[in-house]
Amino acid sequence: MKTRPPARADRFDSALGFTAQRGPVARLIQIVLYVVLVAVFAGPLVALMVGAFSPVADPSRLTLWPETLTLDNFTAAFDRGVLRYLANSFIVVGLGLLLQILVSVSAAYALARHRFPGMRLVLLLILSTMMLPEEILAIPLSLVLADVPIVHVNLIGTLAGMIIPVAAWAFSILVMTEFMKEIPLELEEAARIDGAGDLRILWTIVLPLCRPALGVVGIFGFTMIWDQYMLPLLVAQDAGQFTLPLALRTLRTDEQAGLGVLLAASLLALLPSVIAFLALQRQFMKGLTAGAVKG
Amino acid sequence: MTTTRVAPARSGAPAPGAPARPSPRSKRRVAWTRRLLPWLFLLPALILFAVFKFVPMARAIEMSFHEVRPYLGDRWVGGENYSQVVTDEAFRDAIWHTIVLAVGQTGGSLAIGLLLALLLEGAARHLWFVRTAVFLPTVAAMAVVAEVWRVIYYPAPDGMLNNVLSWFGMGPSQFLNAEDTSLWSVMAVGIWRGAPYDMMIFIAGLAGVDRTLYEAAAADGAGPMRRFWHVTMPALRPVFAILFTLAAIRGLRVFTEIFLLTNGGPNGSTEVLMTLIYKLGLERNELGVAAAGSMVLLGATVVLTLAVQAFRRKDSR
Repeated sequence: MKTRPPARADRFDSALGFTAQRGPVARLIQIVLYVVLVAVFAGPLVALMVGAFSPVADPSRLTLWPETLTLDNFTAAFDRGVLRYLANSFIVVGLGLLLQILVSVSAAYALARHRFPGMRLVLLLILSTMMLPEEILAIPLSLVLADVPIVHVNLIGTLAGMIIPVAAWAFSILVMTEFMKEIPLELEEAARIDGAGDLRILWTIVLPLCRPALGVVGIFGFTMIWDQYMLPLLVAQDAGQFTLPLALRTLRTDEQAGLGVLLAASLLALLPSVIAFLALQRQFMKGLTAGAVKG
Repeated sequence: MTTTRVAPARSGAPAPGAPARPSPRSKRRVAWTRRLLPWLFLLPALILFAVFKFVPMARAIEMSFHEVRPYLGDRWVGGENYSQVVTDEAFRDAIWHTIVLAVGQTGGSLAIGLLLALLLEGAARHLWFVRTAVFLPTVAAMAVVAEVWRVIYYPAPDGMLNNVLSWFGMGPSQFLNAEDTSLWSVMAVGIWRGAPYDMMIFIAGLAGVDRTLYEAAAADGAGPMRRFWHVTMPALRPVFAILFTLAAIRGLRVFTEIFLLTNGGPNGSTEVLMTLIYKLGLERNELGVAAAGSMVLLGATVVLTLAVQAFRRKDSR
């Protein structure tokens, strides 16, 4: 009895052999389990979505099966400037991400394709910024934003104050660097012999080959910038500069707005990151493991 | 060794086989620009990091030894700010809450994340769907998560979660509104958002486990539990180390969820270091003490990170 029938071999495809269970009872347990898991983790977000489309005055009236569906919450939310906040969010995430990609690609090209004295120190500095998030630096960062060293510009109360600081992100630089190291040198050498300069080589040869890494950096940068809270909180001075996540707190305390409006605005703040994730899921997962390995 | 390689050119020396440059003078200039080139490409990142990371850090260190007085000039106070951080009761409570929250969220996310990974590992289409649904909380912005959970935690008996609890004959609970449940309620939200993240990392780790080891263990008569304990767990060790490192960096600096869920209340029962520092610095203008608090937090983060790294290195030897 040493040899096993091949039909059962797939129970070694997972650590516990759980997914390979056969039989109606095991199947039923599995289905119930999946339903519970989806309900626990996705349920609250579904409740948010349903609430945004139903006439709810207070949280105890919220149900997953509303009798009527309405768009009133959204029109009321738009009256309260939610479109403006949404536009601010998109401006910040759009420009911030563009800058972040340019900065990361440029830095990664130096780190992956050149060897120079001081390189290890640069890498160490970049790594160490991961331990210096906006939260810990909040107090001095707000002073720096109010009077940027050397150029003496006040970024408080401007969207630029939320965009420029996110342009350099260690994760993006490291992921790009690792990826660029994998690209074979031959193509570049050929171009170099043809007399192309570094900038041309980076733009026309390396960058197109980096497209998979750009997907990873793009989706991660997007969710990271969209999730920014401390930075907008330090920078924004009035509603004109609020990003949508920042505005939710104000909408909550606005007594005339009501819960429906808050939920509608929350849904608008949720959807872009969820859509971006679903669209670029493969890249996201790649970045997740890459980022974790980098620490 | 005679082939034309770009490597020597990259390190600054003129490449012997490179296309002939007309004169030695321009050749020297090329060597110079070659040496400068990587720094030019690094310049944007380095300037941004300097201005928005390292200058603020230097300012924080400086401020932490001063009583910061706008317009009057700073007054050197030595370690006074630090002793206030360590002795002040509000700070002590905040440090305690931060530690409880960080340990609870890290442990809870790791345990539930591992469980989820074991249940949802596999290539089947329906598993992919369940995994995607379970992962959504991690993608949602913290501000959205906080507003959703404030609604779910609505403390009235007919609030959403209280309703669910009543099906099982439990509750009603005040959740965020009572001192004895507020910290746990915040922790649950953190685990809800953190566990799916850990799950994905664990699944990536599980995919790397040699399948033949499972078969060999089974052939030796090991049941699923022993197989898990002796084959899977050792293989997942590096994953645990990674997740601990991330948790050390992220767990101690919690701000947004507290700020939005309870803002430290009720009666200070969920006040953590970051919310206290924020209030001290930006609402009460005690910048020196706030900076000292930040430095303590940074110190703890660095020590924890290095400790996990050292442990990891010792472990892998």
